[in-house]
Amino acid sequence: MKIHQVKKITRSTRIPQANAADRCCGSGKGTETASCCGPLMIVAGGEITDKVPGFISWVGTAAEKVPRIATSLTYADHAGACMARWGINRMRYIVPPGRYAIGTPGPDAPVLVTGNYKMSFDMVRNALSGRNAWLLVLETFGVNVWCAAGKGTFGTAELVRRIQKTGLHQAVSHRQLLLPILGAPGVSAHEVAKRTGFTVRYAAIRAEDLPSFLDNGMVTTPEMRKIGFTTYDRLVLVPVEIVLTLKSIALFGGALFLAALLANGFGAATVMTLAYLGAVLTGVAIVPVLLPWIPGRSFAVKGALAGVVWSADLYLYAGGGSWSVTTTIAAFLALPAICAFYALNFTGCTTYTSPSGVKKEMHLGMPAMGSAVIAAVLLLVVGRFL
Amino acid sequence: MFGLRYLENVVTLRLNPAGCTGCGRCVEVCPHQVFALEGRKARIDDCDACMECGACAKNCPVRVITVDAGVGCASGMINEWLQYHNIRRGGGGSCC
Repeated sequence: MKIHQVKKITRSTRIPQANAADRCCGSGKGTETASCCGPLMIVAGGEITDKVPGFISWVGTAAEKVPRIATSLTYADHAGACMARWGINRMRYIVPPGRYAIGTPGPDAPVLVTGNYKMSFDMVRNALSGRNAWLLVLETFGVNVWCAAGKGTFGTAELVRRIQKTGLHQAVSHRQLLLPILGAPGVSAHEVAKRTGFTVRYAAIRAEDLPSFLDNGMVTTPEMRKIGFTTYDRLVLVPVEIVLTLKSIALFGGALFLAALLANGFGAATVMTLAYLGAVLTGVAIVPVLLPWIPGRSFAVKGALAGVVWSADLYLYAGGGSWSVTTTIAAFLALPAICAFYALNFTGCTTYTSPSGVKKEMHLGMPAMGSAVIAAVLLLVVGRFL
Repeated sequence: MFGLRYLENVVTLRLNPAGCTGCGRCVEVCPHQVFALEGRKARIDDCDACMECGACAKNCPVRVITVDAGVGCASGMINEWLQYHNIRRGGGGSCC
């Protein structure tokens, strides 16, 4: 993987947190440690060199340092994307921000804007195969366009700064920028126009629609601005969700196994731990994939329903007939609660849930889930002495 | 989106049509087709489809749209809550 010039930004040089952590995953008060989004160590893209992914040659004057890049993706590009989907090297999957050339763009070539998450960069350059265009890559600290727009890093200030820094006014004769629609939460189009003279056109949601957008006189069809959430869209999110829960699974699963081992012996401990792992996996993987087919709008309710099905499966196929009444009730309380929690957590990945809705679900759901788990533990303890 | 509608009557999106110039930016940026243009005014057509991303408010040149924007994931909110109550400081994680 040819990603060089990765530069760590330490605390002293870190970008203002109002940009870094704001708003993604809730209101984010702009504190140093806010929210789940982004590690404390933020990684920036560094400077453009001849080691940028897909580098072919330099164009223009040497001082400009504008690389011409390939539009075809290599095996390494695909492998890197696949690894990022599994959370491997994901927070460093980044390219340097700046101006790139695709084909042989002249002063009238369109300017497309994207973020410097390498997967975004690859998708856009790949979609522009066989064309002449400028690609303006913003410093989003290796975060995709949509999440970066939510944080404000794919934003008005960075866009204005990057236009000036890359000499775009001299490079092109027109004054139009093509932005991804999902970048709009961070960019104020009228502000950009006021400050740079460039008008902003929100082209499409998906990079794959860029060819037809460019071929049809830059018209955004209603389809191009409709966001979906297909089974495939949901499926590719599951691996990284599993990886991100591994730590808590190991912690709680291990504690549960030890406690059950001491109280009930190896056999019971194994069943209980597997029951717990199944509930987590149902919430993290099964609910997201089967999302449209599980009844209800609330993610907590969808999760709880899936958890009941998981509990019933266990009861039927893992010797439920021999369980005591207290164990059975405990299983049907705790497992749906655990599943509901992880299903609710998936709201952060969807393309259609609102923070207000998530807040409402949490206000109602968290006390219910907590009570169910506590009641289940009490029942197991009581059942031990019956 | 088939089967994918979120909770009803929770969204904080508001539009004051009085100042609207009908520029259509809100229609252009909304990925859920919440807005429609009627004559020279925008109106909210499908409020419950709004995911509160804030793109419309950010791009409204006359600032007649308001929304409590955010991405909103449960673990982020829990972390905020824990930090607010000083139960946990910082934390790694990397959801998006």
